[in-house]
Amino acid sequence: MAVLVLAEHDGASVRPSTAVAVAAATDLGADIHVLVAGADCAAAAQAAAGLSGVARVLHADEPGLAHGLAEALAPIVARLAPDYSHVLAPATTFGKNVMPRAAALADIQMISDISGIEAADTFRRPIYAGNAIATVQTDEPVKMLTVRTTAFEPVPAAEASAPVEAIDVAPATHGAAFEGHELTVSSRPELTTAGVVVSGGRGLGSKENFALLDTLADRLGAAVGASRAAVDAGYAPNDSQVGQTGKVVAPALYIAVGISGAIQHLAGMKDSKVIVAINKDEDAPIFQVADYGLVADLFDALPELEGALHKAKAPA
Amino acid sequence: MKVLVPVKRVLDAYVRPRVKSDGTGVELANAKMSMNPFCEIAVEAAIRLKEAGTAEEVVAVSIGGAKASETLRTALAMGADRAVHVLHEAEVEPLAVAKLLAALARREAAGLVVMGKQAIDGDNNQTGQMLAALLDWPQGTFASGLEIADGSALVTREVDGGLERVRLALPAVVTVDLRLNEPRYAPLPAIMKAKKKPLDTLAPGDLGVDPAARTRVVQVEEPPARQAGVKVATATELAERLHAEAGVI
Repeated sequence: MAVLVLAEHDGASVRPSTAVAVAAATDLGADIHVLVAGADCAAAAQAAAGLSGVARVLHADEPGLAHGLAEALAPIVARLAPDYSHVLAPATTFGKNVMPRAAALADIQMISDISGIEAADTFRRPIYAGNAIATVQTDEPVKMLTVRTTAFEPVPAAEASAPVEAIDVAPATHGAAFEGHELTVSSRPELTTAGVVVSGGRGLGSKENFALLDTLADRLGAAVGASRAAVDAGYAPNDSQVGQTGKVVAPALYIAVGISGAIQHLAGMKDSKVIVAINKDEDAPIFQVADYGLVADLFDALPELEGALHKAKAPA
Repeated sequence: MKVLVPVKRVLDAYVRPRVKSDGTGVELANAKMSMNPFCEIAVEAAIRLKEAGTAEEVVAVSIGGAKASETLRTALAMGADRAVHVLHEAEVEPLAVAKLLAALARREAAGLVVMGKQAIDGDNNQTGQMLAALLDWPQGTFASGLEIADGSALVTREVDGGLERVRLALPAVVTVDLRLNEPRYAPLPAIMKAKKKPLDTLAPGDLGVDPAARTRVVQVEEPPARQAGVKVATATELAERLHAEAGVI
């Protein structure tokens, strides 16, 4: 039996989270089909067909599928599910919104946020904000899963494209309507896929001071993240929150500036390859997970670091 | 309109979870337990709807062992009107919880269910979406804003790219995120008064639901520990080591 991946896309291309879900599907060793459902999303379907390991793309295109509303997408996923051994989606706000709804329609107890695959019916996942790892086995005939986006390396592009097959869907009828959105516009890389993340905490002290991180982020080509305390205080937008209830990141380099390191925050970044902490409180818990710790006033350390980076990178 | 608010009793958010030495789960014996923080936000949201005259009655519901009644008393002290306790000592999975809540929502003719987006023990983030599916109601998940007017709910959702607004025809399910409100503390007189508010107890069978588990936790273990590294003296040294030693810049 094949495996189905629900693609997260913007109509024109698939999100990197989709390539992560395909990577997890690859570990299951079966043919991989990808469902691209939306309005005017032919380009995204082609993009999905170009991901390594994908055998077939199912393309559902209908005006009622615009904006990825769970009410419209879940019945399609639930209808397809019995034909597959596994159905996977990324554990992003998109996948978290749609998959449980689809699973309930299919009468399947799904498994959220898997970080590892032990066997076709056995998965690892973090619980208690990452303070424990549970291994869970399921008896369900279809395994419905969301995939932790930092736990698998996204698949690369394939050399040849998989076939794209249009599927018919009934016009979506539901009581939800998209009213609008305010998406954060940034020239920086996306937080969850950036190679370098610079995050600020309450130690920055104000929204104006928080902007000091921009210079460092620009110099490193980094995304900017924030602790919950900084978001709650209004220093940074909600979608920049790193932590168990915010975004989970695992960049090559994570620089925590003025972040004390609450458990909730650590759960969202402790899989980063190299962690740097800058904090004036030498007892801050963030230092317990940091590879490099600098006990200093961040307002002195930031400009010095920027200057030193300039020199360190200059010869390259 | 009647508002249903499901609440869950979990390990207190400020207690550090410890994995049991036999690897069967997280140690809960003698640990401080509290209402799941997301559920507190949901209770607060429901009470505010009542205070605004939008809701007539707020019914709190919890599915769990005998002590879940304490969590319901907390909801009553915050301002819920009455409570329903579905008594079941064993762990109930999200799909079964959703089935129980769906039966209750129908029985109570609820116009709105407001609940936390996830519980901080299992971190599943499934139940609200499953409930909405079973009732065939629209869903507004991860809400940081909620307005009820003219038979619909305008929900502001916290999504990965920023904020999204959806309009839901009532009845609907709304799951709340951290920034929807600041839950109130119940004052002592309210805690005393809550002891006299009605609290009904049901069994899963009364609602026609089989709560048997379909998944098994094979093992629970500590996550791999991360070792603390070195302290550097200056930002200049930091930059040099990141470049020459770690090779990340």
